[in-house]
Amino acid sequence: MLRHALHRVALAVPVMFGVLLIGFMLMQIVPTDPATVRAGPTATQEVVAAIRAELGLDKPIWVQFGLYLGRLAQGDLGVSIINNMPVTQELATTIGPTVELMFASLLWSIPLGIFLGTVAAYWRGSLLDRAIMAVSVAGVSVPVFFLGLVLIWFVGFQWQLLPFTGREGPLWTWEGIRAIILPALTLGGVLVGPVARMTRTAVVDTLSADHVRTARAKGLNERLVVLRHALRNALIPVVTLIGLQIGFLLGGAVVTETIFSWPGVGRLAVGAILSADFPLAQGTIIVLSAGFILVNLIVDLLYAVLDPRVRQG
Amino acid sequence: MTGTAEPLLRIEGLRTVFRTHGGEIAAVDGVDLSVPRGRTLGIVGESGCGKSVLSLSVMRLVAHPGRVAAGRVLLEGRDLLQLSAAEMRDVRGSQVAMIFQEPMTSLNPVHTVGFQITEAMRAHDPRASRAELRDRAIEALKRVRIPAPERRFEEYPHLLSGGMRQRVMIAMALACRPKLLIADEPTTALDVTVQAQILDLLRDLQQETGMSIILITHDLGVVAEMADEVAVMYAGRVVERAAAGAVFDDPMHPYTLGLLGSVPRLDEERETLLAIEGSVPPPFALPRGCRFHPRCPFAVEDCKAEPPPLRAIAPGHEAACLRAPVERLAA
Repeated sequence: MLRHALHRVALAVPVMFGVLLIGFMLMQIVPTDPATVRAGPTATQEVVAAIRAELGLDKPIWVQFGLYLGRLAQGDLGVSIINNMPVTQELATTIGPTVELMFASLLWSIPLGIFLGTVAAYWRGSLLDRAIMAVSVAGVSVPVFFLGLVLIWFVGFQWQLLPFTGREGPLWTWEGIRAIILPALTLGGVLVGPVARMTRTAVVDTLSADHVRTARAKGLNERLVVLRHALRNALIPVVTLIGLQIGFLLGGAVVTETIFSWPGVGRLAVGAILSADFPLAQGTIIVLSAGFILVNLIVDLLYAVLDPRVRQG
Repeated sequence: MTGTAEPLLRIEGLRTVFRTHGGEIAAVDGVDLSVPRGRTLGIVGESGCGKSVLSLSVMRLVAHPGRVAAGRVLLEGRDLLQLSAAEMRDVRGSQVAMIFQEPMTSLNPVHTVGFQITEAMRAHDPRASRAELRDRAIEALKRVRIPAPERRFEEYPHLLSGGMRQRVMIAMALACRPKLLIADEPTTALDVTVQAQILDLLRDLQQETGMSIILITHDLGVVAEMADEVAVMYAGRVVERAAAGAVFDDPMHPYTLGLLGSVPRLDEERETLLAIEGSVPPPFALPRGCRFHPRCPFAVEDCKAEPPPLRAIAPGHEAACLRAPVERLAA
């Protein structure tokens, strides 16, 4: 188990390096000059050149990348071009709300998806199965921004049931919970469909497995047969899918945070990119990618928890 | 059959059908059998003859789109087919248990051996304590002669060999001391030396516990070694039924004769092994009359008219053939 974990962590290192490299390169391709942005529209050529030298932008690209890595190793992500705040400080205040939103979204969508998929699989071919699958296909096809806007329009604006602009407090307060409901419904809504479909496929598979027949032959009731012997085994592929989907969820978080003015990393990233704030944009990319790598690491470890063959193999 | 005592299990007119696009087809079609107490009934036949479906029908575990359409399955006089789902669950595992052909896949890979055995016990004895169940499970593993049972209890199935897994399956099946064990090709997936060990084990356990066994196999050698009585199945029907010795020494149905003719033997001189011409008809294209007649060297015009019923040819020896006994015809 420990060896498995160390192996996975070791594999994450080159991936993270690739992310840093690509993130850095992307910022080089963008046709905006950060020094010009920083200097402002009225600055002279000399001022722009001085700022360029100050930011190290006059050096060759690979030197810039080396310096960048060196600073990164010391926890220095640079300074925001727009407001001169350290990027780490900006990120520190936004990571919390993003993690909060992700957690609140997963908290309801994964159990619901697994429940719907299992129900559909158990009564496969029935009307209930078809209804669940129709809803999840619809769920897969609805873009995040559309679902968000519909919720804002009806629940937030027309019926005035819930707030829809920004975070109103930590999750242990009543206001905090009310404010997170709509963003979490929007972001989690993307996940229910895929999880339900994958669960259905996996449970249909395991329900016809030999060991499920054994479980019935032992005289177990259907609840135990389904939960312990079909769903429990089906979770292995389902967890893999959830790990992959969380990548999309991070993308969805960018959209959701923007339309709900949620003060998270996603909204920060959009703002940074739109205003050509390179150090800040790079910082958000690093955080979002590291989040994705971390989630996949957790999925890999969960794998070992769920499947003894991985644990001891 | 032999003996006048009430048999443990009596199957009457059992018919199990599968719904297909072309209508219903019967995998088991009007089977009558009985299993005496403490004895072993061997059911022999080629793949697809309905023997596995028959055993799953007794357990009421036939998977969709199959269902038992008619008949009675009387366990000590109680018709299992009339029980509610909950009553049937109580019967499964505690009174009738089953082991399967594939020990590699019949155990759940994500639960320990011990968990899977204690789970079977807890299903029928919900008040037993954890420690008590553990002791009983280790006892069950000892009974099937698994070395180091305390260690095996904690292990996952993928660490065990095929023979060990089948022993675990047997331990699990016998955990609640069932009166009847249905063994569906229990040794087919195992290599020959392990086969012999598993068969020995089953025989010893039968003597210890007095349970009855239904042994389903395509292997005549296994039947000869294990069974007290034999039923030969062909295309969903029983074609011959007798004490094991009688079937082997004096087969009366042409199909049985063909099966025996295709087995190599050391005690007889034979130039070539006989093969039965043709192949088993699929259940959606069964011939009229006797289902064996297109492949039967003794068939006459009458064989194509009506399916022949089982009839006693000799005391305790029945065959479903108009021309039985056919051994004289073959000579």
